[in-house]
Amino acid sequence: MSLRLILLCLFGALALPLAAQDRLPPAPYAYQQLKDPAQEARAKALMEELRCLVCQGQSIADSDAPLAGDMRHEVRSKIAAGESPAEIKTWLVARYGNWVSYDPPFDTATAFLWLGPLFFLALGGWLAFGRFRRGEGDAEDAP
Amino acid sequence: MKNRWVLFVPLAIMGLLFGAFVYRLVTPAETLIQSQWINKPMPLFDLPPATAGVEGLKSSQLADGRPRLVNVFASWCIPCRAEAPQLEALKAAGVPIDGIAIRDRPEDVAMFLREYGNPFDRIGADMQSSVQIALGSSGVPETFLIDGKGIIREQIQGVILADQVPEIVAKLEAMK
Amino acid sequence: MIAELGLALLWMAAALACLSLVAATLFLRGGSKDLAALVRPASVAQGVLTTAAFGLLIALFVRSDMSVELVARNSNSLKPMIFKVAGTWGNHEGSMLLWLMILSLSGGLIAIFERRLREDTLVATLAAQAALSLGFFAFLLFSSNPFKRLPVAPPDGQGLNPLLQDIGLAFHPPTLYVGYVGLSVAFSFAVGALITREIGPAFARAMRPWVLGSWIFLTLGITAGSYWAYYELGWGGWWFWDPVENVSLIPWLAGAALLHSVAVTATRNALRAWTVMLAVIGFSMSMVGTFIVRSGLLTSVHSFAVDPERGTFLLALMAIYIGGALTLFALRAGSVAEGKKFALLSREGSLVINNLLLTTILALVLLGTLYPIVAEAMGEKISVGPPYYNKVAGPLALILCLVMVAGPLLSWRKDDGKRLWSRLPLAIFAGAAVLFALILFGGKVGILPLLGMTVAGIVAVASLAPLWGRNLRRTPLPTWGMVVAHFGVAVCLAGMGAESAFIKERLVAAAPGDVVKVGDFSVKFVGVKPIAGPNYTAIEGTLVATTSSGSSFTMRPEARTFPGLMGTAPTETNEAALLTRPGGQLYAVLGQPVTGDDGRADRYQIRLWWKPLVWWIWLGGGLIALGAALSLLGRAQLLTIWRARRARKAEERFA
Repeated sequence: MSLRLILLCLFGALALPLAAQDRLPPAPYAYQQLKDPAQEARAKALMEELRCLVCQGQSIADSDAPLAGDMRHEVRSKIAAGESPAEIKTWLVARYGNWVSYDPPFDTATAFLWLGPLFFLALGGWLAFGRFRRGEGDAEDAP
Repeated sequence: MKNRWVLFVPLAIMGLLFGAFVYRLVTPAETLIQSQWINKPMPLFDLPPATAGVEGLKSSQLADGRPRLVNVFASWCIPCRAEAPQLEALKAAGVPIDGIAIRDRPEDVAMFLREYGNPFDRIGADMQSSVQIALGSSGVPETFLIDGKGIIREQIQGVILADQVPEIVAKLEAMK
Repeated sequence: MIAELGLALLWMAAALACLSLVAATLFLRGGSKDLAALVRPASVAQGVLTTAAFGLLIALFVRSDMSVELVARNSNSLKPMIFKVAGTWGNHEGSMLLWLMILSLSGGLIAIFERRLREDTLVATLAAQAALSLGFFAFLLFSSNPFKRLPVAPPDGQGLNPLLQDIGLAFHPPTLYVGYVGLSVAFSFAVGALITREIGPAFARAMRPWVLGSWIFLTLGITAGSYWAYYELGWGGWWFWDPVENVSLIPWLAGAALLHSVAVTATRNALRAWTVMLAVIGFSMSMVGTFIVRSGLLTSVHSFAVDPERGTFLLALMAIYIGGALTLFALRAGSVAEGKKFALLSREGSLVINNLLLTTILALVLLGTLYPIVAEAMGEKISVGPPYYNKVAGPLALILCLVMVAGPLLSWRKDDGKRLWSRLPLAIFAGAAVLFALILFGGKVGILPLLGMTVAGIVAVASLAPLWGRNLRRTPLPTWGMVVAHFGVAVCLAGMGAESAFIKERLVAAAPGDVVKVGDFSVKFVGVKPIAGPNYTAIEGTLVATTSSGSSFTMRPEARTFPGLMGTAPTETNEAALLTRPGGQLYAVLGQPVTGDDGRADRYQIRLWWKPLVWWIWLGGGLIALGAALSLLGRAQLLTIWRARRARKAEERFA
């Protein structure tokens, strides 16, 4: 859950979907860490990057939704079975599209997302450069 | 200021921003996450029976030459109850339907089938949503149209409406 | 009667706003001075009436008057009093009235206190403020009336979302709103100054305290919101980079940039057009943020009570205000001389780079927040989240911090590199010490936290350098303010770095008596017991955390269930237990019961985190706000002196 949810509730924009909940206990690896700390660290890093599909802008690493728990189970099981985080991510993206990852890939649709900041910096830098005094003369009010 | 046009840049950026806002107000966001696993073979799985007296579901059983539906449902899902009559209608029209019960207990599935009928040939129990995830499905109910070779051809998200029934029958017919 | 009176007050206040606007316009078009004399009292009266209307709305909530739709939907007679009061602004209509109250009060305060500006500029400023409030009055009265009555009063209300039943709600939104809407003053000043073409040090000095004031509230609001999310949501995250957080960060970034550029304009009479631009951007971003949240523009998965009418209304208002201000800027700023030039290596130079980086970060946060819409238009559904911002904004923020190291040590106009270099060895040594310590003893630390902590070390030492060799008692308050705020940035950065680099997590299913190790603590799960709160029931867990040195602390996390009121479903929340230690915080959450093989729930899910230095993040935020407050105090003094001097000069000129 996130601040966003709080704020949305705040503004009354959110009609909490009162979906019925299942009565099954969480999947084993939903709330259980992997024995190997290195594997758990890899799983954790990946889970933080994956979007919970049924929540309001949360990663699966910090959601209590059952599907998020099952996805954590899926990620941890696959890591434990020796799959790399990149493989698991590819596997999930093949099913849910790039929506599932908070780390958008670089492609034609996202080119400006990644290059935009550089563009802003260049534009700003070019504008700012005009502000600097070149040479030694202490120019007063520039026109 | 030498470059007077620069002064209009903020206005132009605002215009772009507002363009995006207007676009979004006019075309509201698609709220469902569609599966990308379409026109791909059914993922491999072997699910145990969801309750006593029904057969479990194996992915290999879905490629027997007959196009069919795989319905992802749960007894705790309230819309799934509303979908039951449409599934019955599809079954009556001769459509084979298999079920995948998500995060469900056998006794609850049995109760659900008693109350709302059992249109399913087989029902696999997906206790940890792993098949659901492998299908790229994000909710219940969802229905997948599978052709005779076990290839997923279409995903229907949410409850199948009564007027969709003939359309689905026709689509499955066309896959034969 | 209260509701009707409240509505009447709102209409009267709107009429006064209209009066101010008309009188000011006529005066600026060459009307008589009497017209200008109307504007000040009208603005003050508008502020008073709107505040009174808000007071009446609070009274309706306090009395649980269920015949008012807003109260019936958002309150309940059983709710504790503080949440009844806070519930006033815990919903769309009430918070819009709060927004309008701050807008009107700001206008009133300018009218009362602002004596430095030329009369016509002041009148133009008040007119701009009145125009702003007029639009929001229309929004409130025509599409979000908070005082609407129900034909039949229900026996009781639906209550407030339990997540919001927290002391955080009492303070977080009002604080943030004062900050958001306080920026409207800078916006109006900018518009006023563009209208009368009075853009220079006097304008910058008049605007500066208002910018500082609203920025203090923005800083406190964001800091408090971050802490609130941290303890309320039960996963220990303190920043999620999600759209609603981002839209609160964007005005803060604009405010931070404006604070620094206004300093250049006030002191050196440079960057004039740019300062005006930022003043316009600040409040524009507040409005854009409100629009994004209110229109449900960026919500995604589940169904929302999105109201397209409200969204369209707000969008139209914004188009008029932002479009109008930017058009005015484009037409007038060309005639505003940019002011004095300066060397790259100078105080001004560093502040320009500061502004460049801050606005780039602002732009990229806005870009990341809105880009999913663009991508969807291009046929791809994407999510932009923490990995993007860490990769793109992270490095820029670190460079910004390094500029912050150098800036305060440079002199105005021109400085030379050697002199700067000679002032830095201690800071560089501190950074190097942190870096080596982390590499040698830190284990595997990610690159961003590693650099973050190193930069924090450099900034911490360098931020104190302006005090070096000075008589501390005679150091001006604004200098103290800068030092404290910059030191706060270092503290905050160190907290962020340490938390993400050294966090320890333990997720366990524990039976009573089990001991879990996390960080330096042994945490014993003693057991659970049911408890009842004022309007909820809960399972309270008892945990005893023992440090390696043997001291023990009891922690009591709760899993609360709020009953559904008036036919709504019950809601569950987690109340985390926090143990604050000098080295960080231990964070404990009691989760669901775990059923064993025998079908009995004998164990509970327990989530434990050791978060090193995590509270430094909010301490840093607090220090930044404190620094700004010191600066504000100092500016107020400076202004008195400056005013006296100007009065003297004016006398000399006319003598």
